[in-house]
Amino acid sequence: MVKNIIDVKNLSKSFDISSKEPGLKGTIKHFFRRQTKSLKVIKDISFEIKEGEIVGFLGANGAGKTTILKMLCGLIYPSEGSILVSGYLPFRRKENFLKNITLIMGQKQQLIWDLPPIESFYLNASIYDLDKFEAKKRIKKLSEMLEIDEELFIPVRKLSLGQRMKSELLAALIHEPNILFLDEPTLGLDINAQRNLRKFLQKYNNETNATICLTSHYMKDITSLCKRVICVHEGAISYDGKLDLLLKKLSPVKEILIVCRTEEDAIKLENSGFTVKNKIKNEITIKIENNSITSSLKTILNNFDIEDLFINEPPIDEVIGKVLIKKDYVI
Amino acid sequence: MNLRKYLKVYKKFLHTSLASELEYKTNILVDLITAILSLVGSIFLLSIFFQNSGYIGGWKFEQALIIQGIYTILNGITNTWFNPNLTEIVKHIREGTLDFVLLKPIDSQFFISLKKINPSGFLEIMLGFLLLFFCIRINQINLNLSFLTLSLITISCSICILYSLWFFISTTTIWFVKTWNATEVLRSFLYIGRFPLSSFSFSLRIFFSVFIPIAFITTIPSEVFLGLSVFWKILLEIIVATIFLINSRKFWLFALKFYSSASS
Repeated sequence: MVKNIIDVKNLSKSFDISSKEPGLKGTIKHFFRRQTKSLKVIKDISFEIKEGEIVGFLGANGAGKTTILKMLCGLIYPSEGSILVSGYLPFRRKENFLKNITLIMGQKQQLIWDLPPIESFYLNASIYDLDKFEAKKRIKKLSEMLEIDEELFIPVRKLSLGQRMKSELLAALIHEPNILFLDEPTLGLDINAQRNLRKFLQKYNNETNATICLTSHYMKDITSLCKRVICVHEGAISYDGKLDLLLKKLSPVKEILIVCRTEEDAIKLENSGFTVKNKIKNEITIKIENNSITSSLKTILNNFDIEDLFINEPPIDEVIGKVLIKKDYVI
Repeated sequence: MNLRKYLKVYKKFLHTSLASELEYKTNILVDLITAILSLVGSIFLLSIFFQNSGYIGGWKFEQALIIQGIYTILNGITNTWFNPNLTEIVKHIREGTLDFVLLKPIDSQFFISLKKINPSGFLEIMLGFLLLFFCIRINQINLNLSFLTLSLITISCSICILYSLWFFISTTTIWFVKTWNATEVLRSFLYIGRFPLSSFSFSLRIFFSVFIPIAFITTIPSEVFLGLSVFWKILLEIIVATIFLINSRKFWLFALKFYSSASS
């Protein structure tokens, strides 16, 4: 049985937030009498993650995804509840715990700006107490996986965003952590760079069985990497389960565009009891429930003269978007 | 604490920050010229103060030069280590890059206090020592073992006090987010350390001894140089330095509990 590597129970986090009225008057008032209020950003959440799992955290901006990740890696103290990561209390930041994890943030960088990435790698290697030989071996292996070579010797400030992100990943993985926390790792990258990064993460997971917790606003990152998603809405978990189940639940119907041989066939099909979305000449779009697609298509192909047909998946961003704004999607 | 690992990491810190600084040769050259001109200007200013009366606060010009020498060494240390690192704490906290530091299996205070160095500060340290050797000659100070030991202890204590004060102020960034001004005020107070404490009024002397212990930073080591220091003052400086160092450490660990990281 695969063991749990992350165990979160009744976790809550509150922050003191100050608010300011607009204008000069508001600024002066804010300066002398700052009004703060306690805001509960994470509300009593519980979940478990198994070793080797890749879990995507989904949620709108400000939903609390990054706060959850930061509590899991021990950067922020929880206000209530308990977290166990790899058997450790994260906020104690014990050396052995830190050697097991890594955090990669798409919008922040740890590489030394004026020097080539290789210098940052060796610095990190010394922090993780790796000898030169071992560090060299790991840099070689990871750079091959990430397909970077010459970039290692070019100052970071002269690298493209994609090359920099790959180098960031290498710097963050040199100690071969078991748990990866990734906060929007593909932010700002072009499509090819995004795809390469996803390919790398999948490969890393396959080869090392590392657990990956990922937040991203790019749905492609989530759909190609995560079988399981945790949806966060206003600090609470609105869905925790398989991604395909969520998609089925959110989008129970598929649209099928059927091109009939003649307009008469299209009219016949229109009147045959299917839910019709629209009809233009010999082209007709019908809606069929996911669980009856095979049987419905069989009926259509047997009874009508069909030239072509297309099954349209609803755009995943649109489908997931629904879960980000509603709280009661609990399956 | 694994000393071997920390030495290895520090060697890497030295290597990477020197390499970073050497990327900008002109900047280093400007810094070096600034250090020389700053020392020349300070000595010139001091000589103006001593022009009319031969003594200020009971100190001769030649004796006051010792304070200037110690100040130059401390300022060099400030420019080499404190300024590049401790001012970065504010940036780390504001931009949330402290996250990377806290997630490394290494002491966070060690990391943020020593990661960078500014090599041009070395020149100031060397100039300070040269000035001190010059003062030893003109003041006919006897170089013996107890003198050297006491000088080393008091100068080390001064470095610890200065570091702790600066680190303490930078740590408050965790709550106040922006504390540039406070560290600038501290630097301004340090300028006062170029003059003998006895040249100030009684109330200022109390202020610079109790509230902001600038007096401990330059005056006591200078008194050791001139053989004017008494045992209780040296002991007091050691106690103050220890208290400051321990408390800066405790304060940092306490403050980290309130670190909320920057939003992404």
